[in-house]
Order: sequence, then C-alpha cells, then structure tokens
Amino acid sequence: MKRKSTLMCLCVLAGLLLAAQQSDVIIKITKGERAVIALPDLRGAGEAQRFMDAFNQTLWNDIESSGLFKMAPKSLYPLEVPQRPEDFRAPLAAPPARKGQPPPSPRRLGPWLTDWSGPPVNAGYLALGYAADQAGQFVLRGWLFNVGQQDLTNAQVFGKIYLGSLDQEGARKTAHEFAADILAQFGGASLAGTKIYFVTERTGRGIKEIWAMDHDGSNQRPVTSYKSVCTTPAVSPDGATVAFTSYVGGNPAILLHSTETGRRLRFYGPVSSMVATPDFTPDGQKILFSFTINDWPQIAISNVDGSDLRRISYVRTIEVEPKVNPKTGAQIAFVSGRGGPQQIYRMNLDGTDVRLLTSGEGQASNPAWHPDGQHIAFAWTKGYAPGNFNIFVMDVATRSYVQLTHGAGRNENPSWAPDGRHLVFSSNRSGGPQIWTMLADGTQLHQLTTQGRNTMPVWSK
Amino acid sequence: MSKRNISVAMLAVSLFLVAAGCKKKAPPPPPPPPPKPEVKEVPPPPKAPGISFSAEPSAIERGQSATLRWEVSDATDISVAPGVGSVAARGSRQVYPTDTTTYTLTAKGPGGTTSRSASVRVTVPPPPPPPPPPPKRSLSEVLASEVQDAFFDYDKSDIREDARATLSRNSDAIKRILQEFTGAVVVIEGHCDERGSAEYNLGLGDRRATAARDFLVQMGVSADRLSTKSWGKERPQCTESNEDCWQRNRRVHFVAQ
Repeated sequence: MKRKSTLMCLCVLAGLLLAAQQSDVIIKITKGERAVIALPDLRGAGEAQRFMDAFNQTLWNDIESSGLFKMAPKSLYPLEVPQRPEDFRAPLAAPPARKGQPPPSPRRLGPWLTDWSGPPVNAGYLALGYAADQAGQFVLRGWLFNVGQQDLTNAQVFGKIYLGSLDQEGARKTAHEFAADILAQFGGASLAGTKIYFVTERTGRGIKEIWAMDHDGSNQRPVTSYKSVCTTPAVSPDGATVAFTSYVGGNPAILLHSTETGRRLRFYGPVSSMVATPDFTPDGQKILFSFTINDWPQIAISNVDGSDLRRISYVRTIEVEPKVNPKTGAQIAFVSGRGGPQQIYRMNLDGTDVRLLTSGEGQASNPAWHPDGQHIAFAWTKGYAPGNFNIFVMDVATRSYVQLTHGAGRNENPSWAPDGRHLVFSSNRSGGPQIWTMLADGTQLHQLTTQGRNTMPVWSK
Repeated sequence: MSKRNISVAMLAVSLFLVAAGCKKKAPPPPPPPPPKPEVKEVPPPPKAPGISFSAEPSAIERGQSATLRWEVSDATDISVAPGVGSVAARGSRQVYPTDTTTYTLTAKGPGGTTSRSASVRVTVPPPPPPPPPPPKRSLSEVLASEVQDAFFDYDKSDIREDARATLSRNSDAIKRILQEFTGAVVVIEGHCDERGSAEYNLGLGDRRATAARDFLVQMGVSADRLSTKSWGKERPQCTESNEDCWQRNRRVHFVAQ
C-alpha cells in the first residue's frame, strides 16, 4: 500500500517535471530560478486608507501574475512590518564568543532585514512603503529591498514616490506603477497600460459589441454600440485601430474604429455573404481578412482603406483567420478546411509554400503569433470531443507543441500579451464563456470578466 | 270721294239704330213677398268626430321606432292604417316602419267620418362598409409559413437526402412567392452548431447557404432573386449542448431581404 502510494507520488512528480520541462522548451517564463518576494499590505494615512484594499490587491496581483516571483505567504510575515527605511534597526553586534560556549546571537533592536530573509519567510526581496493623502492627492512612497544584503545601503534596490488621484482609480494606478518598477528590476515588462479588446453580449440578447478593458480586467468599457453582431476583432500593431466584422449594415462587412476617439474610420472593404477575421500587417499598412469570392471563403489582402484588394488563396475550401507573423510580416498562419476538418496551416504572404502545422487530428483554430514570430498559441480539440478546445503553444519551426489548458471546458481565442509571457483567452470553465489570463506555462489563471458572455479577447499594447 | 259718302251713310244708320234702342220700356210688377217661415223644434245635427293624431318623432332611422298618439272624440269606430287596425279612442302605439309611412287615423262616428294623417319619415342609414379585405401577408410571413429550413450534417455543406426533398418543395414555394412579390429577393442564411470555432463556422455557414442557393437555381429559381448570408454560429435557434439542438442549428433559413 505504502509502496503503491510512493509510486503514485513519483508518477505525479515525474509528470509535473515533464510538464514544466515542456513549457520551458516552448516559452521561457523566467531566466533561472524565480525570486521569492514578500509583499506585506501597505497602510495609508488619513483618507488614503480607504483605498488601500484596492491598492494592495492590485500590487499583489500584478507581481504574482507576472510569473517572475514566488510569493512568500502573508501568514508567515513578522508582526513588526517596517513602513519606511528608517524603521529598520540594525541589531547590535554580538560580543566575542567565549571559549567552550556557542557564539552569542546579535541583540535585536527592531525590524531588520533578517526578519524577512530568514525562516519562515525566506524571502529574497521585500516591498514596503505607505500611502497618504497630501494636498488632495494619493501619494505613495514605495521601496524595494534585497533582504539578503548585510546593510541598508546595499539592500535598498530603489525608493520612489508615486502620485495618483485620491480614489480607487488613483490607488490602482500607483500600484501598477510601483509593480512595474519592481518587475523592471527583474527584466519583466509591465502590462500596466496594455488593453484587452473583446466581444461581449452583456448589452442585450443576440447583440455582440466590441469592448475594451485594462490588462487586469478593470475599467471595462464599450468601443462599439451598434446593437448588432460585431465579432472577430483585431487591433493594429500601434494599438490605435480596432478592426472587426459587423452585421450592422445587414450583410457582414469589416469596420475599422479608432481606439482613441471611438470613431469609425474609412474602410471600403468588400460586402459579401461572409466577411470576417481581419488582421493587420506589422507595419499597420495592410489588412488581411477572409471573404467569399466566387462562392468560397478565401483569404485576401488590401490597404487599410480597403483599396488594392487582392486574393491570396485559391482553393475551393473554407479559409479563415489569416494571422501575419508580427516579426517578419512575410508569413501567415491561417485556418483551412482543405484537408478535411479545420486545421492550422502556414504560407507565405503571396500564397506560396503552404504547410500544415497541426497534425490533422481534431479541429484547430485561432492561431495567434507570439511577439517573437516563432511560436503560435492556438485552440485545438486534439484528444477531446469536437468543440472541446484547449489552448496549445507551438514552435512553428519544429512543430513541437505544449498543451496549456487541460479539458476545463472550452478554451479558445488565445492572444499574447505584449510581454510575450502572458496569454488572454476565453473559457467557459466557470459557466458561460468569460475572459481569462494565464502565464504561458498555464499557471496564474485569472478571470477578468463576469458580466454576460465574453469571447474573442485580443491583447493590445 | 265716293268712300267718304259711304262712311257718312254708315254713321247715319248707326246713329238711327242707337236712337231706336234708347227708347224707354214699361216697369214689371213687384214679386209677391216670401211666405213666413214655419218655426219647428229640430235636434242639432251630430258633431263630426274630433281627432288629434301625431307621430313622435317624425323622422327615424330604419330599425328605430316611432310612437303614434291619438285622442279621438265623438267616434265609435277608430282605426289606424296601415298595420295598426282598430284602436281605442285614446292611446299610443309604437311602430317600426321600414320605409317612410303616412299613418291615417280614420274615425267614424254619428257625425260622419274624419281622418287625420301623420307621417313617419324613415331614413335608411348608409350601408356598413364592406369588411376589410384579408390583409396581404408580408414576404417575411409568407416565407416563414411556406418555406422550410433545410438541415446539414456536422461540418458539412452537402445537401442531404432530406434536405433535397425540403429544398425541392421550397423551390416551388419560392417560385410562387417571387411571382407574387415582384422585385423581392429571398436571403438564404447559413447557420452552424456551436462546436466548430466561431471563425470557421462563418465560412461553413456561407458554404451551406451557397449550396442551398445552387440547388434552388438548378430547380429553376432565378439566381438574381436569391442572396446568401452567413451567420456562422452567431444566431443559434437553441443553445443546449446536445445533438438535438446542434442539428436544429445546422441549417439554412430563408428570410426576406
């Protein structure tokens, strides 16, 4: 019995190791081992205290979901938490040891670095600070300490002042900025300021609109209000334009909207029985999409104003979702039914050199290029019943792939964060389809939406 | 000269004649005086019947009633015509004349027979308007009731055996409907079940609509009266995750443009 359970443990461990190894092969989440960080709740003086819950939650979430750190559990933190460098009290050096006796320990005078670097916290880093309301503003003083150092001068990594409006929004803003500065010390790009566009059905039955939100799900707001079906959004590389299919004119057509003004931009695209899945070239000058030409949904390219429309594919089958390699601008990954059920292929922008990327099993869809131009994330039903998609990541050159979600409902439309380490996708694991984020190794799952049905997220800078 | 002589002679003759006529005659004797009247007691003659007779109101619409009222004195036999008959000396009666009618009350009494008339004018109301014609059904309604959805296999746009039968029936109905609605265009919508990706299903729905259109054109429906549109899986009929619902959503549906 005992042997059996040991064996099982070993199997599970081996599986975990294998999974970890596989993930590493595909997308490197960290360079080397992850640092342990202690992140005690910061307190606020006066009015600022009202917004500290939002602040602390945002800070913790940004640091944790970066995947760069191991979070030291809060329950292990010492009772005396320093709020500023002046709170540290270096212990008195111990007197010289007498013969035959163990060396005496240094005399503790107050909070010190070793409270955090030693057991049980065992942290490498400590973020501390406090907030106050000053002249009607939310003022945050934040420091990062390398608690493995011997003295304060060497231990302090940085200390900065952050300003925000005296409300939740301002508190969250300073938290994002503080987190960004911490992440920057470890080579991690902050996602603060990035946006996620998505399709929502929250405004009415049978109505789909394009909405936007911040990277952590806050500030959800409408981009379109056509009271029609708007679907398959894409965002230009500079983040200034969102393109999507809309049925507002009766027949489907591609519409372009400015993400800044919300206004519709000029785009004279084809009107057909099927027009969908736009995508921008890396220079933002051209737009690819699928539309029905001579009775077949085919891939075409045009200028961003709709002029110079040219057909790329010439196969009597369904071809959708052309996605341009963001690094080279010369290849596209796309979905085709040319071999039977929908699979992911690649080809050059001129239609040559077509190759099947997925194995032909199940149905594959939603290719999304990693910013490195070498990997794609996509949705695949391989190993599951039709319709039960999971998120995979593939190295396009070698076709080796790793599965990131494992049968928890239907997982689709992965899209890479600008940092290349996070993915946003839709999943119905919590009931209806909602927007989730995760690290590219499948960990750090966060649900960003709860209201109505939400699908087709696109992460934009 | 001789003419004047004749005139003078004529004048003389007429003067003579006038003079002869003017001769006085002897006056006649006066007539005897009338005999003295014999005084005798005679009963006064019987009075003729007195009648008051009216119709209120004097004008009605057909179907309404009017009231005849009368009061008769010195009469033994009273009757009102038409349609009423003998009546008492005093009374009233509701009448429902269908046309303008003049009622005559005739009273016979020792003093003779008297009659009075009263008219009831009957106006005929305007005829009710004809019932509204049965409302002309809209193209959408006709399509909804006479043209059926055709269904497909999973991830397929081939026309199945049962869909052939449905589309054959539809082709007859659509030809008839397009004759009735000149200039109308029928839209063939392609729909899919939830299982494939939303993007691919936009393509698959389009293929289904195109396949149905091609079939109908082969059956003689004019191609330029048909249009296609793919909804993919954006407009499902049902949202359950089972084969029954999936099959209901794998369809082409016909609507007015």
